[in-house]
Amino acid sequence: MNSWFKSGQPWIWLNAGAVSVSLIMVFGLVLLISVRGLTYFWPSDVIDATYMTPSGDTRRVIGEIDAVETIPRVQAADSGYQFEEGKEELTRYLLKTGNRDVTGADFQLAFADFLTDISYPEDLLVAERHEWGNFYGFLLKIKENGQVVAEGEQARDELEKRLERSTELHERIKDIQKGEIGAINYQMEQLRLEKRELELEKELTAEAEQDIEARRQALEAKYRVLEGKLEDLYRQNQRDSMLAETMSGRQIEIPLAKVVRTYYPNNMGLIEKTGFYLAKVWEFVSDEPRESNTEGGIFPAIFGTVMMVLIMSVLVTPFGVIAAIYLREYATQGPIIRTIRIAVNNLAGVPSIVYGVFGLGFFVYFLGGNIDQLFFPEALPAPTFGTPGIMWSSLTLALLTLPVVIVSTEEGLSRIPRSIREGSLALGATKAETLWRTIIPMASPAMMTGLILAVARAAGEVAPLMLVGVVKLAPNLPLDGNFPYLHLERKFMHLGFHIYDVGFQSPNVEAARPLVYATSLLLILVIVALNLSAIHIRNRLREKYRALEGG
Amino acid sequence: MTSFTEQSNLIMRWRLLKDAVARYGVAIGGMGVIVAITLIMVYLLFVVIPMFQGASVDKVAEYTVPYPEERTLYLTMEEHADIGMRLTDQGRVIFFNTVDGSLRKEQLLPLPAGTSVTSWSAGTPASRIMAVGLSDGQVLLFHHHYKINFSEAKVEGGKPVREIVPQIRFPLGESPLRLDDRGRNIVRLAVESGEEQTTLVGLAGEEIKLLHIQRETSFLGGEATLTETRASIPRSSRGAISQILLDKEQRNLYVASGRDDLSHYDLFEKDAPDLKQHLSLFGGDQQLTSLRFLTGDISLLAGSDKGQVVQFFPVPEHRDSSTRELRRIRAFDDLGAPIQDIAPEYSRKGFLAIDAEGHLGIFHTTAHRTLLTENIAGSLQNVAISPRADAALMQSDNLLYFYDIHNEHPEISWSSLWGKVWYESYDEPAYVWQSSSASNDHEPKLSLVPISFGTLKAAFYAMLFAIPLSIMGAIYTAHFMAPRMRKTVKPSIEIMEALPTVIIGFLAGLWLAPYLERHLPGIFSFLIIAPFGLLLAAYAFHRLPGNLRHAIPEGWEAALLIPVVLLLGYLSFSASPWMEAVFFGGDIRIWMSQELGISYDQRNSLVIGIAMGFAVIPTIFSIAEDAIFAVPKHLVQGSLAMGATPWQTMVRVVLLTASPGIFSAVMIGLGRAVGETMIVLMATGNTPVMDMNIFEGMRTLSANIAVEMPESEVNSTHYRVLFLAGLVLFAFTFVVNTAAEIVRQRLRKRYSSL
Repeated sequence: MNSWFKSGQPWIWLNAGAVSVSLIMVFGLVLLISVRGLTYFWPSDVIDATYMTPSGDTRRVIGEIDAVETIPRVQAADSGYQFEEGKEELTRYLLKTGNRDVTGADFQLAFADFLTDISYPEDLLVAERHEWGNFYGFLLKIKENGQVVAEGEQARDELEKRLERSTELHERIKDIQKGEIGAINYQMEQLRLEKRELELEKELTAEAEQDIEARRQALEAKYRVLEGKLEDLYRQNQRDSMLAETMSGRQIEIPLAKVVRTYYPNNMGLIEKTGFYLAKVWEFVSDEPRESNTEGGIFPAIFGTVMMVLIMSVLVTPFGVIAAIYLREYATQGPIIRTIRIAVNNLAGVPSIVYGVFGLGFFVYFLGGNIDQLFFPEALPAPTFGTPGIMWSSLTLALLTLPVVIVSTEEGLSRIPRSIREGSLALGATKAETLWRTIIPMASPAMMTGLILAVARAAGEVAPLMLVGVVKLAPNLPLDGNFPYLHLERKFMHLGFHIYDVGFQSPNVEAARPLVYATSLLLILVIVALNLSAIHIRNRLREKYRALEGG
Repeated sequence: MTSFTEQSNLIMRWRLLKDAVARYGVAIGGMGVIVAITLIMVYLLFVVIPMFQGASVDKVAEYTVPYPEERTLYLTMEEHADIGMRLTDQGRVIFFNTVDGSLRKEQLLPLPAGTSVTSWSAGTPASRIMAVGLSDGQVLLFHHHYKINFSEAKVEGGKPVREIVPQIRFPLGESPLRLDDRGRNIVRLAVESGEEQTTLVGLAGEEIKLLHIQRETSFLGGEATLTETRASIPRSSRGAISQILLDKEQRNLYVASGRDDLSHYDLFEKDAPDLKQHLSLFGGDQQLTSLRFLTGDISLLAGSDKGQVVQFFPVPEHRDSSTRELRRIRAFDDLGAPIQDIAPEYSRKGFLAIDAEGHLGIFHTTAHRTLLTENIAGSLQNVAISPRADAALMQSDNLLYFYDIHNEHPEISWSSLWGKVWYESYDEPAYVWQSSSASNDHEPKLSLVPISFGTLKAAFYAMLFAIPLSIMGAIYTAHFMAPRMRKTVKPSIEIMEALPTVIIGFLAGLWLAPYLERHLPGIFSFLIIAPFGLLLAAYAFHRLPGNLRHAIPEGWEAALLIPVVLLLGYLSFSASPWMEAVFFGGDIRIWMSQELGISYDQRNSLVIGIAMGFAVIPTIFSIAEDAIFAVPKHLVQGSLAMGATPWQTMVRVVLLTASPGIFSAVMIGLGRAVGETMIVLMATGNTPVMDMNIFEGMRTLSANIAVEMPESEVNSTHYRVLFLAGLVLFAFTFVVNTAAEIVRQRLRKRYSSL
């Protein structure tokens, strides 16, 4: 034992232990997020059980088991229950019982010891609703205009049919509201601004005013037609409702217009569940959020993130590459350039929030404020560019990722063997031609690597964006069908901010948490994929040059 | 032939032109980018610097006082500083335009026949309540008021012109109130009047008289009844009374007498005033010349004949004492000559002071800052400041001076940002960050110390967690690990560097924090048993029969230990409730607060340490691993050849050679931990407390910016202080990273020479 200690082996093992701990943490984190994120969409079975309250009464509970935990007995002391003697640890379930409109809460804690008669009734209905979260209970009747049209077994088929109809109506309402009415509102606003602009320039003649008024009238007429249509759709959609019984035996009537989908989890086979799962995943990535972001999809956040990153790439690539080429190819290498290189390197380590502060002060208030004065005086005092928005976010992140692109491109340029430059110059090419024809194409994978790393960093960065442009809920996407289609001044939603906002600012954190896990998983997947591709490109690049140098 | 050369010449020229264009284009572009990057620092400075510039004044006008033959008692201005108001010893109220002194309105107070004004008093400036004491023992209360009309007839620049109409009102009627029933001169006077009550204190002869009028509206009808209370206040010293001050709560009365004596009375019971304290303001060596409340009516500003202004406010007599006494808090720079008048600002804790030789001083109390001293005239008697603190009116004999004041950020000074500041109503000097407050009486407290402390605390715990793990991991990975395993281990840890911190923060706040709260004993028992468990496992492996042991190639120890660590972790955490029940009486948080006096927040430094440690591990690991791996192989082989064990070689040769690299890794990790925003924002309570307790949270510079910046008004002091916080972060990380970079470059040079 003593000689073993002297050999230093134990210390090596301890160091190995540090690697093991790090690896466990890394993979544990990914595993945790994957498991929680992926199981969110799975329709888990719903239990129907009897629960005894501290006073000895029994009560029926219906819900999904959301979490199981073990707690020491003392911590459950104030619950009022009398626990079995000698039992120091207690199992406690977190049940998702839904029906927030009836009970006021989505969740309920229950001690396993007092939960009896657990069953999984096949006709237990779960209804996802547009508001008030999930409904759990039993379907009793279907009503049309207040008249019962189906009961019992029939009701289930009838529900399916009628729900399809109301979903379709709902889609049409949304299309009109978002699409056509949105466009009219946008045009009205443009008209108002046009009029104000003419007024400011003192060119508002009676003729122009009449013209604008006529156009406004036309838009209003259109609007009235749409409004009529909408009203009609709303009326149609109010036709059906379902009557259902909750766990407390109360009967409530739910209009089908408020229902997103219904299912019977205890009656679903594996294939059905898989189908349901895929449909939910699709809804998650393609649909809009509901219930202040805690339900539904995250499409606007995905769209906003991608859009912001794209604009940022367009900005950062040329500048980063030019700066790198200047530093490596044109500037005289000396102490000044060395200092600049160190400074650029260090900027990659400057906290992102500092860029946010700079972006807010310089881009938003200074640049944006001046742009508004010069180009959008008609909209003042409402700011156009003088307020956080997607353009300023992209610019701020471009500045943030500039060092990444510069460093990476420079590294690529420095790896290109001297012989290639000299060969090109010896053949009579000018420096610019050498650069353009040989060096840049050879360094392009390095630039690509830099850009990918920049994109990966930008996609995950949240802190500066909180100052320069993200919002929890953007009414419009930055890209839509209204001229000029791309609205750089608009605020946008972002995956990373979505995680922060839903996880920490939403009123119903417990219910929203699984959605945050799913969002996190998506973000991790995107970023890991980007990084892996960057590493892959870099490795291929290295091998290529090794071959060049060897040959 | 010629045409061919000509053409080729042309092409050549075109090519050279392109080359030149590219050269200059790239140079301009490249330099532009670099300049743009440096712009960040410059812009941050550009926003921050105005805070540290002093105030400046511009003379707008100088004119003869309207009614020069009458003596000025009091000068003031209305909200927009358009109209000045002057009260004279003849009982005349004069409203004039501040820009040229032209008369706006003039009115004699309705004094009873045969009486004259013998004293005057102004209530708290924002209330615009005033009173004059008369020669027959009566007091007349009045109120100057400004009505603003926007006349549609006169339009300028698209906006209607505002017109201000000054008025005098008498809230308690035009007839004076009798203060002294014996009809003596009211020599000194103090007044405060509110919606419900009015208090008058005056000196008549040698007696201090008090009159309190309570207005009560009965519940049923709207009829108000007035209740009068009269009292005589006992004198505490014989000296001549020079000034009486009453605070706006009508609760504290200060009577200045003699050379520099001050008596403080509590008027809680109006019929029985209670002498609380008697003190000498300057210790007897200076004469009191002017006494005013600072806005909020808590602090007293006392000016002396030596030209000094000293601030006093009530603080507890000694620790844990509930009685408060007036104490000298801070003295400001001398003006030179006797202080003639002091004018406190309306909404900030600053004031103007003038001395007899015509100097104007602009000061701020909590920042303890002299913003300006300037000679205005040969002598000055009165000063008034506009409610927005952007203009001053000063009287020198028969001349009035009207000045614009530019004083945007008086509340910031080196001492208010980084030193302990004694705020009003605080028991002792303290570091406080409290950027917003409910009312004007409580100023924003902008000390950067608590949030800088929080930043360092968070970074400290993160590094405590990250350094051992990442450096030990780097040592093993670079030196002992089998190359095949290293090829997967290194990138998989490194890729975590790109993990968005918002995800780590979310997990830390919503998963780790509640988990740790429930399994607190588990984490500590894991920390204790993990090293022993690992060693035990290693020893067991060492004792395995040789053939079994050699079946596993060298350098895979880390893989072998993964199940061991998992098992140890499982044991510690599953035993946690049991340990909690057996050792800590069932609830460790209660146990800690009772036995150790440690409070527990769910989102605390432990959570931050683990989460942020996790975030910086990849950074430190990657750089340290590179440094260790790059140690020339012949050094290692030489050492091993000399008979050193692998571990001896590691400690004495490799680590020593790579130590600068490891240092720079730690520095860069520290830089990252200091600037990290999202993790701290999400996993702490964001309370700016100064406490090293690992179970309490903190607020960091970065999280503070993220929380407060969106609500901050552009170019306000708060906004600029947040920029300063950003600048501090920028400078800190820049210095740390530069140090790391220089060390790393030196190391590289040394390796290349080895």
